[in-house]
Amino acid sequence: MKVEVKGLSKRFEDRLALDDVGFQVPEGKITAIVGPSGSGKTTLLRIINMLDRPTKGKLVINGKDPAKNGHSQVLKKMVMVFQNPVMFNRSVIANVSYGLKVRRVDKTKVKDRSEKALERVGLGDRAGQYAPTLSAGESQRMAFARGLVLEPELMLLDEFTANLDPGNVALLEKLVMDYNKDSDSTIVLATHNLYQAKRLSHHCIFLFDGKLIEKGRTKKMFSSPKDPLTKKFLSGEIAW
Amino acid sequence: MIWELIREVTLQLISGLDPETQRVVLITVLTLYMATMSTTVSSLIGIPLGAFIGMRKSQLFLLFRVFTHSLYGLPPVIAGLLVYMLLSRAGPLGPLGILFTPTSMIVAQCLLITPLITGISASAVDSLPKNIEDTARSLGANRIDLIKTMLYEARLGLFTAVMLGFGRAISEVGAVIIVGGNIKWHTQVLTTSIVLETQRGNFNYALTLGAILMLIALIISLVLTIAQKKKGSNLRSLLIKGGGKG
Repeated sequence: MKVEVKGLSKRFEDRLALDDVGFQVPEGKITAIVGPSGSGKTTLLRIINMLDRPTKGKLVINGKDPAKNGHSQVLKKMVMVFQNPVMFNRSVIANVSYGLKVRRVDKTKVKDRSEKALERVGLGDRAGQYAPTLSAGESQRMAFARGLVLEPELMLLDEFTANLDPGNVALLEKLVMDYNKDSDSTIVLATHNLYQAKRLSHHCIFLFDGKLIEKGRTKKMFSSPKDPLTKKFLSGEIAW
Repeated sequence: MIWELIREVTLQLISGLDPETQRVVLITVLTLYMATMSTTVSSLIGIPLGAFIGMRKSQLFLLFRVFTHSLYGLPPVIAGLLVYMLLSRAGPLGPLGILFTPTSMIVAQCLLITPLITGISASAVDSLPKNIEDTARSLGANRIDLIKTMLYEARLGLFTAVMLGFGRAISEVGAVIIVGGNIKWHTQVLTTSIVLETQRGNFNYALTLGAILMLIALIISLVLTIAQKKKGSNLRSLLIKGGGKG
């Protein structure tokens, strides 16, 4: 899926969360949006997922403005995994199959696909459990399975491993890389974890105070950042 | 029309009983019919309306909620008077000829309990975590899927709204006595009969009717408690499991 943002700005009452941000997301690659807390990463992902509307600028998906061309079909090809995932008050498998059901996928396939997705995140034995009783790590894995099961062309991950133990982080990171490799899907992840961005992403975008400071290939940006602010952030001089 | 059918069937089934027992049975059946119908109609209006209001955060909808909440305290006699004026021969809906029938009692009950069901439904939906809506939308839910999901997630609150509406409908007296007229064998319900029998000094009879009313209230309360207990067990397990989060 081709995603481009053009001159995006987003204002929340007295605060400018995004200020004239523009870039193109490389298709079939993993792009990391890095920046300290409050830099506008989540806002940007929410606008791409059409959960929020920009105050200025526009979003272009596959060459079209989804706001003008009916966004329901586009939305069905993307999914966002939130930092603090909310469990629906139902079983784990019912949570995972939710997206398939709203896509009116054949009932026989829904169960099969949901079970496979749960197996992939190591929750195969928790299918019947009441979802809100899962631990934080399990909830995050379940939320990932809930997105993975849809086989999206675009996956948006918002701090998807925040507060998880190293084992769960490694598992989810491997799943992201495998999914990107196997399906050729586009993945955009927002993270303040530079090591994670370095490990996972092909391309990197650095946001600071709502502004796009620098973008480019991850390796290049980490080895030779152009902007002094990027240098400071990468060297740990700016608090995350 | 439905009531006439139920009435005929009930009278046929209890034809072997003495007239006073027949009367008590008929009063009880009418009470349940009236409360069920008014709760059903009010729920069909109040739940979707409440969900719609609960999902909106603008000042206008907030004002609408305040207005709905203020109607919780609408005195039944005022509701009865309004419906009476609407349905009386000189009123705008007079030609319908439904004053002093169970239908007019249901209309009055709806006026009283629809705000209650609407307001509680709005609060139930509003109290859901905001991320639920975002999560559902992100997973591809369209507007209808979203409303269905929100209603399902708020199901316990909605159930409480319906049960409270039913509770108010079954125990209400002021409005139904005005628009129903408390006509023996036709529009007498448990509460209005208690009023009548008390005025006549038939305290034993009034107490028997009161006991039936209390029994119905007890069954409603039992259903509600079981439902809440079920939710409580989920919360308990959530708290136990939540302790080891991380």
